Amino acid sequence: MSEHIVSKTIYFLIFGALMVLTVLTYWVALYDFGALNVVIALAVAVTKALLVVLFFMHVRYSTRLTKIVVISGFFWLALLIVLTLSDYFTRPGTSGVGGVPASRSTR
Amino acid sequence: MAEAVHTTMEHPASAHAALQHHFENMEQQREAGTLGMWIFLVTEIMFFGGMFMAYILYRSYNADAFAAASNRLNVTMGFINTIVLICSSLTMALAVYYSQVGKRKMIVVMLILTMMLGTTFLVVKAFEYYDKYEKSEIPGRLFPSRPFNWYAEEEHGKQVTQEPARDAATERNPQAVPTGQEQKPDASFASRAEMFFFIYFAMTGIHALHMVIGIGMLIVLTIMAWRDRFSPEYHSPVELGGLYWHFVDIVWIFLFPLLYLLGAHGISGGH
Amino acid sequence: MIDAASMGGDLPVVPPKDNYINRAYSIKSWLLTKDHKRIAILYLITITFFFFLGGAFAVMIRLELLTPASDLVQPETYNKFFTMHGVVMIFLFLIPSVPATLGNFLVPLMIGAKDLAFPKINLLSWYILVIGGIFILYAVVAGGVDTGWTFYTPYSSTYSNTYVMAAAIGVFITGFSSILTGLNFIVTIHTMRAPGMTWYRLPLFIWSHYATSLIMVLGTPVVAVTILLVGLERVFRVGIFDPAIGGDPILFQHLFWFYSHPAVYIMLLPGMGVISELITAFSRKNMFGYKFVAYASLGIAIYGFLVWGHHMFTSGQSIYGSLVFSFLTYFVAIPSAIKVFNWTATLYRGSISYDTPMLYALGFIGFFLIGGTTGLFLAAIGLDIHVHDTYFVVAHFHYIMVGGTVMAYLGGLHYWWPKLTGRMYPEGWARLSALIIFVGFNLTFFPQFVVGYMGMPRRYAAYPDDPVWQMLNVLSTAGASILGAGYLLPMVYLPWSMRYGKYAPSNPWGATGLEWQTTSPPPTENFEETPVVTWEPYEYRPREEKVVVNKILPTD
Repeated sequence: MSEHIVSKTIYFLIFGALMVLTVLTYWVALYDFGALNVVIALAVAVTKALLVVLFFMHVRYSTRLTKIVVISGFFWLALLIVLTLSDYFTRPGTSGVGGVPASRSTR
Repeated sequence: MAEAVHTTMEHPASAHAALQHHFENMEQQREAGTLGMWIFLVTEIMFFGGMFMAYILYRSYNADAFAAASNRLNVTMGFINTIVLICSSLTMALAVYYSQVGKRKMIVVMLILTMMLGTTFLVVKAFEYYDKYEKSEIPGRLFPSRPFNWYAEEEHGKQVTQEPARDAATERNPQAVPTGQEQKPDASFASRAEMFFFIYFAMTGIHALHMVIGIGMLIVLTIMAWRDRFSPEYHSPVELGGLYWHFVDIVWIFLFPLLYLLGAHGISGGH
Repeated sequence: MIDAASMGGDLPVVPPKDNYINRAYSIKSWLLTKDHKRIAILYLITITFFFFLGGAFAVMIRLELLTPASDLVQPETYNKFFTMHGVVMIFLFLIPSVPATLGNFLVPLMIGAKDLAFPKINLLSWYILVIGGIFILYAVVAGGVDTGWTFYTPYSSTYSNTYVMAAAIGVFITGFSSILTGLNFIVTIHTMRAPGMTWYRLPLFIWSHYATSLIMVLGTPVVAVTILLVGLERVFRVGIFDPAIGGDPILFQHLFWFYSHPAVYIMLLPGMGVISELITAFSRKNMFGYKFVAYASLGIAIYGFLVWGHHMFTSGQSIYGSLVFSFLTYFVAIPSAIKVFNWTATLYRGSISYDTPMLYALGFIGFFLIGGTTGLFLAAIGLDIHVHDTYFVVAHFHYIMVGGTVMAYLGGLHYWWPKLTGRMYPEGWARLSALIIFVGFNLTFFPQFVVGYMGMPRRYAAYPDDPVWQMLNVLSTAGASILGAGYLLPMVYLPWSMRYGKYAPSNPWGATGLEWQTTSPPPTENFEETPVVTWEPYEYRPREEKVVVNKILPTD
């Protein structure tokens, strides 16, 4: 039973951080940073998710195998997204991220 | 060879009651459970991943329509739900903590709190869905009496809180400040907004389904905790249930900004 | 001919008193079993049923194509035939074939464990497969589906008036069966190995099942959600793939092939694991380049996720996307070739015996070579545009799926039959059926390469009235009937052997591997004592003398 018990203090600290970050999510959304909007929103969300994964889900204290499993999950999701977009963002009529293809028009 | 082997027929009488017959010891059983749960969560990542893929693609194609449609969602309710879920994650984490230190009553209290928070989330979600139904914002013709109609509020002569048309026009052409008069967006605007609502319902619907399953799981855990099944030696069910619950929370952590806050800067007067 | 009984009591010729089969006899003891061996038998029965159901549709297809005109059935009916053939064969036979039967039976035995890590989940996965199968059967009985096994949108989501929903729900459900099997295998292989069973001592069968499980776990959820979205689209009447609201039907193809291309390796990799076992056992040699073969399995599994776009060269995918996918696809040939080379190198100077499993294994290598290299033709964009959606493609993937997976499955089934049932199969009949299958298979599918290259499209009930085309199609249909006879033979002699076959000793092939160290059939707990492994995999050479003497020679 080599189990690591995370103290209650850490749980409450993480909880506080998550609350702050939630408010931050909302607050930054009120301002327009142009293309950075998505980046900022995702950065905050990823930070929150990392806190939950590392502390609430104990990954920080887990075996290397668990860490590899977690990372591979997100890695495969990235594969799916990147390779699919490699098609869409190189189609004629699109202008990269945010581009509306010329052929996409009416109902 | 003989000195290192155990007989496989039965565990010695000293073995823990929760040790299943095919495992050598509790450590191995716990390790297998944790790994299995994490692999299951990876499959969940990929399951939601397919929808995130669709979201990314269509949002990049239809930024304007998605922002306008996002503004139709109730940010307050979304925000409250985010807070509720994070609180439930805390209580869940504490339930795991108390199971590790072996405080039966506190496990039960924390599990019940988690359940209540989860139910609160679902109730708020239900109000949101009903609101969408009333406003004819459920995509397609699922309810034949209320097919999707982006302009339903205007047609009913009600006061529209936000002018989607103006929003869209502003998005695409920030210089042209609308001067009170209606600027019709292009004909596909409404249907592209419908796509947003489809993705919204698909993603939050499947997320809510996971919440329902999670609450079912919590009920079982609570009964087990009540009957004093857990101890510092054996509490993997609570731990694995916690992993699942936190995962569902993480999905929402992404869904909230990606669905509710796309066009928030357009309405708040912020800049 | 040496009879096991005539060998002076060297080998046990009576079945062990207590084994997993005679532990209990009630139906309940089978339907509620948590024993991985019994669950494997349940799977075996289930997928055999679906194999012959899918085969029946293949018969209808071949009969229709006997003549150029669509005279046997209406074209609409023909569409349903090839769809149901594909759906049943892929989702209900090929995906569960080797892993759910042989894998389920052998993974714990080979690593020295008492059971899979999650026995209840293992049983659940069988029930899930059956429930999914019932939905698909309902779709068959109610009137069929005509979308093709790929369920391409917008036809499947909007236009088809057949029983798409039932079939889609069935496919969605069976996916979870596969996920749970994969999850169980990964956890079992990680946590339940016997003392001394290090990763490099694992049989290659285990490595290939580990790799397969990775695909099941990482890929299947994506197709599940994709099918779900198609279902939602049919319910809502608009959806993610609907162009009317700015959706892109080609996104369906991306999500679908993200799983379904790796799914080809779900079907193939376990077969490759079987072949590694057979080749070493019947050439009495250590595997040439064990680590290369082991890592090739992982390589195929992981790399297989990068190549799905080669199914979409003519779909509207951007040319740059196609170039990338075409380029990436060529590289998947490397791990596949490593395997073929290493099997061949293992044969070199081996002491080869041509027992039935070995016949299947040798057939597999040849078929896989043809199927694999024609795959490279299809990876080339220019050539693919010529042969896309022709019978060339059909021949290519049948060489992999039937010539590969089914051959390996049958080879493995014969090889481990003594372990599964405690009885030997009749060697003479088995060799005959292997030969018939070899001839029938080639006669069925080789002409399809030719007629496909000439331009005959797949999925049409009729074709131009050209004497050469018809001749090739008649050859193919003739071959299919021979192939069918070859498949029916084991259906007769294998059940026969369960009652009348000779009792099998623990290790009839003199093979290495933990599964041969327990009795045939094994006891419910698999081993009397937890084995401790102190030897390397496939140590055939040092034991060669002793083992060859003990080996049972075929009885004709």
